[in-house]
Amino acid sequence: MLAFILMQADPGRLIHLTWVDIAIVAIYFVAVLAIGFYTKGQTQTGDDFFFAGREMTAWVAGLGFLAANLSALELMGWAAASYQYGILATHWYWIGAIPAMLFLGLVMMPFYYISKTHSVSGYLKLRFGESTRTLSAITFAFMTVLMSGVNLYSMALVMKILLGWDIHISIWVSSLTVAVYVALGGLRSAIFNEVLQFVLIWLGVLLIPILGLRETGGWSGLKDRIATNMGSTDYTHLWSTLGSFQDNPMGIHWTGIVLGLGGVISFGYWTTDFLVVQRVLTAKDLRSAQLAPIIGAGFKMLVPVIVILPGLLGLALLPEKLLGEAAAVASNGHSYNEALPLMLARYLGPGLLGLGITALIAGFMAGMAGNVTAFSTVWTYDIHRALFRPHASDAHYMTVGRWCTILGVLASVGTAYVVMQFLSIMDYVQALFSFFVAPLFGTVLLGMLWKRATPAGGFWGLLLGTLASVGMWIWGRLDPGALSIIALSPNAASMAENMYRALWSWLVCVGVTVVVSLATTPLPEQSLTGLVYGHITLPNDAQVPLLQRPTFWAIVISVVFVILNVVFW
Amino acid sequence: MRSGKNSLSVWYFIGWLVLIYGILILGAGSGLLAVQSPTSTADREVGIWWGALLMVIGVAYVWCFHPGRKRL
Repeated sequence: MLAFILMQADPGRLIHLTWVDIAIVAIYFVAVLAIGFYTKGQTQTGDDFFFAGREMTAWVAGLGFLAANLSALELMGWAAASYQYGILATHWYWIGAIPAMLFLGLVMMPFYYISKTHSVSGYLKLRFGESTRTLSAITFAFMTVLMSGVNLYSMALVMKILLGWDIHISIWVSSLTVAVYVALGGLRSAIFNEVLQFVLIWLGVLLIPILGLRETGGWSGLKDRIATNMGSTDYTHLWSTLGSFQDNPMGIHWTGIVLGLGGVISFGYWTTDFLVVQRVLTAKDLRSAQLAPIIGAGFKMLVPVIVILPGLLGLALLPEKLLGEAAAVASNGHSYNEALPLMLARYLGPGLLGLGITALIAGFMAGMAGNVTAFSTVWTYDIHRALFRPHASDAHYMTVGRWCTILGVLASVGTAYVVMQFLSIMDYVQALFSFFVAPLFGTVLLGMLWKRATPAGGFWGLLLGTLASVGMWIWGRLDPGALSIIALSPNAASMAENMYRALWSWLVCVGVTVVVSLATTPLPEQSLTGLVYGHITLPNDAQVPLLQRPTFWAIVISVVFVILNVVFW
Repeated sequence: MRSGKNSLSVWYFIGWLVLIYGILILGAGSGLLAVQSPTSTADREVGIWWGALLMVIGVAYVWCFHPGRKRL
């Protein structure tokens, strides 16, 4: 049946699959469903369903943590960005991720883990009370489903363009597969599949940089070809062109990258977005929970090999110039978003092409399962239990979790169809999600590190920080001149707006939290035990072998991180 | 690496899948040697060595994480 569906392809498609490729895709679907059925037998309690029994090793939790973020759109989107902006796109993988992931492991994870919270919203309940938890839980649950729907539609569209697959069939087959394996085995099944998907993504795409670098004669040959094609060496420097907005293809300044991306956006996403944090909470003990994001950081540093390098290789090797979406449609050419698929088609023959397409599908499913499991947990524990059924049985919550999984998938499908009718919604939804990340990081950070922060401070800081972000975004839409004020330069490009908007909204959140906290009564010290720095007892690592210490591996990764940035300066 | 008591390792599943993919890709790559490659610049031997590599990885994982094998 699946093979038949896959064969119903549009002759105008970008990539043509053979029966071997289709077999590889079909076997993948069978494998993920088999894992769902297998893990169902091990899912007996709410802890099993929502937290995989809290018995994952650091490696499995760490790879799940990373794979939940590594969606197909991420792969294709950042390959496209590296074609458009050059190696600057790598900042989203290095400074835009590594410091935040290490900070999560070393500083924040003990608070999440020792408090035994079910979610980030659950931590806010313990630290700031019910109103802050409800605000963050409702916005997170709502936005997660919307984002999942947008990604679902985008993926179906990509499959239509690449392979000619019917958009409706792509939406239903892929989303129902995710619904089945997550509803059966819960987070355990999702994480098992994420580890599988992570391996497949690497095996499916790694040949592109290997064969591409062989064709260009290595990194120096690649740089030479790009310099010749683009008439500039700006595309292969990570930092040296960021001294001013007009010196680099992205139109951004180093302060935006360091403070906005590296300082607020990445910390907000990697340390407070429950989609990724939930994976780490499944670790079997605190040391594993601390090591998981550090292991994830190690692999995250390598992801540019399969995402950024294909885009740069496209810039060096593709005979035609890729264009923006509108220009590509008008001229019947190829868009930036087709950089990775074009490279797949350039190098991969029968079988390998199927593996490459499987990698894209695996990436999509990992991302969707991440959204659905996070939604199901937050809805069950932070909305259903908190507001409607506070004292129900464990079995009741697990049943609610299963239904939430199915409803979350159906809501995602519904969103995908709404987006299909009103394409402009896509931009709004993606912007909406970004509104909450930076202020939430401010609230959680102050909650963990500043014992004087009060419930009123936490609530008003989060609310006003979010509203400030929304306000700046609306201002930017109504008045094009707003960008130069928000980003502090008339030469700033649209990419810079997100960086500075995040920075300002975080500062508003922190400022409001501090002012309101100082004006309100502090919490009694005994209520902060296990929640705030200075009131938490961390296990002593003195007897732990060096190679098992999170701090040691964080230092190793930090050193490699610095070296890489210097090498590609 | 196991998910819990008395359960199969996720790496065991992965080993089998990679092994099967290796066999399919190696077979397709071998078949490709006899005909014109459909890709513009593809190395026609890539499918063979990549398929073989996947088979080796798959066998290693299946062997190392086999449920009957005593692990340290």
